[in-house]
Amino acid sequence: MNERPNNNPSSRLLVALFWLYVLTPLAWGVWSTVKKALALFG
Amino acid sequence: MPGFFSKQRIIARPGYSRWLAPPAALSVHLCIGQAYAFSVFNDPLTRIIGISASATDDWKLTELGWIFSLAIVFLGLSAAFGGKWLEKVGPRLTMFVAACCFGGGFFIAALGVKLHQIGLLYLGYGVIGGIGLGLGYVSPVSTLIKWFPDRRGMATGMAIMGFGGGAMIGAPLSVWLMDQFRSATSVGVMETFWVMGGLYFCSMLIGALAIRIPPSGWLPEGWTPPVVANKMITDKHVHIDQALKTPQFYLLWLVLCLNVSAGIGVLGQASVMIQEMFKGSVTPAAAAGFVGLLSLFNMGGRFFWSSASDYLGRKHTYMIFFAVGAVLYATIPTMGMAGNMAMFVLLYALIMSMYGGGFSTIPAYLADIFGTRFVGGIHGRLLTAWSTAGVLGPVLVNYLREYQIGQGVAKAEAYNMTMYIMAGLLLAGFAANLAIRPVHEKHHMKHGDFDELDGIYPAGDADH
Repeated sequence: MNERPNNNPSSRLLVALFWLYVLTPLAWGVWSTVKKALALFG
Repeated sequence: MPGFFSKQRIIARPGYSRWLAPPAALSVHLCIGQAYAFSVFNDPLTRIIGISASATDDWKLTELGWIFSLAIVFLGLSAAFGGKWLEKVGPRLTMFVAACCFGGGFFIAALGVKLHQIGLLYLGYGVIGGIGLGLGYVSPVSTLIKWFPDRRGMATGMAIMGFGGGAMIGAPLSVWLMDQFRSATSVGVMETFWVMGGLYFCSMLIGALAIRIPPSGWLPEGWTPPVVANKMITDKHVHIDQALKTPQFYLLWLVLCLNVSAGIGVLGQASVMIQEMFKGSVTPAAAAGFVGLLSLFNMGGRFFWSSASDYLGRKHTYMIFFAVGAVLYATIPTMGMAGNMAMFVLLYALIMSMYGGGFSTIPAYLADIFGTRFVGGIHGRLLTAWSTAGVLGPVLVNYLREYQIGQGVAKAEAYNMTMYIMAGLLLAGFAANLAIRPVHEKHHMKHGDFDELDGIYPAGDADH
């Protein structure tokens, strides 16, 4: 049984929003760490 | 009607996008990864009474160190013993229990700070929070593997990368919250625990509500299982209890333990190590930056290497970790003696990427060897290797360093022998990985075994 193609725009929006929800704090954490790491090259 | 938390209730309906499963897993892993940032609370916790400086009755760092140790021990125990339950009840209930334990652990710890009872911190964050860590860590793994049979490594890499990233969020968030709550009468830890417990509970709950399992026999659109069979990827299934009777389980246990031991030992000492090896040219702030850089490579490696393993093969990926890692470790003393800090940093960053990759590639390796049916539970049991390495690695590095300094070796050179020992550990891991073969068919589950369990046949298993 193969997955049906998912062309529902609301579903795609939900996927995008859910990814945004998890990637935003992760990006903030990575940025905070990068700023700290820059001290090594300062 | 099946209960709200039952497996039947979370079987995906037609049209559900499998790309919703990784962020559901990340909602949990980004929270529990906070555990690696717990040390930011250590200093404020030694000033709960004295506020500006430690008072006589304040907790000592030695007492506080047990909180993290207990959390890691209970992570290993709950993952090992809760794995079978996870496979029976499914990911939603497991993630919900993990959310209650991890969030609730913060609340009990906050009460411990308010009452100044260290036992409540041990019980809250250490024991109950640790159980939340273990259940949360393993809960989405088998679900992701079932949603991404075509890219198992990438799928588990996304979730386990979240565990690495969780500390990067947890550390600055904790510091920021403590700054907001700090006052003349409080260091702000109790209030921070309340807020973080609530935030983490809600985020993990969202993951539990969003997770779905694929219906029986589901396959990705346009994908058919490879016709040319890869001997190292089985289409059969080994029961969780039967897996313990195979040599492959113990070889994989060694593979994980040795890879983690080699990385975890030096990770804990990275700040001190770079300052001693490049004395005078590395400030404490720069050393902290070095640790941050290693964390980034650790996290990135979790996604990169596990995704690469989908193309390289799991066994070959670990061959690279062990062979290249051993060479890199053996090269570090030369770079240190030559004063080549750029190369030193680069070599360490590569090592850390492979350390992280070792964590994230192992679930897919287990699925290849034992099948997907019990991979979550088997992965949980294999995580005892992580707990063992958590003790073995740091003890080995610290003991060897002290021994060498006691023998009159200069501090800057005291790590050289350690590096060669780490390279040796990786060579032993190479041998263990080399010995891994497909599981003998006598260990495979038979058709009737599935009926005895829950009557549910794994995806793509109609021919069994």
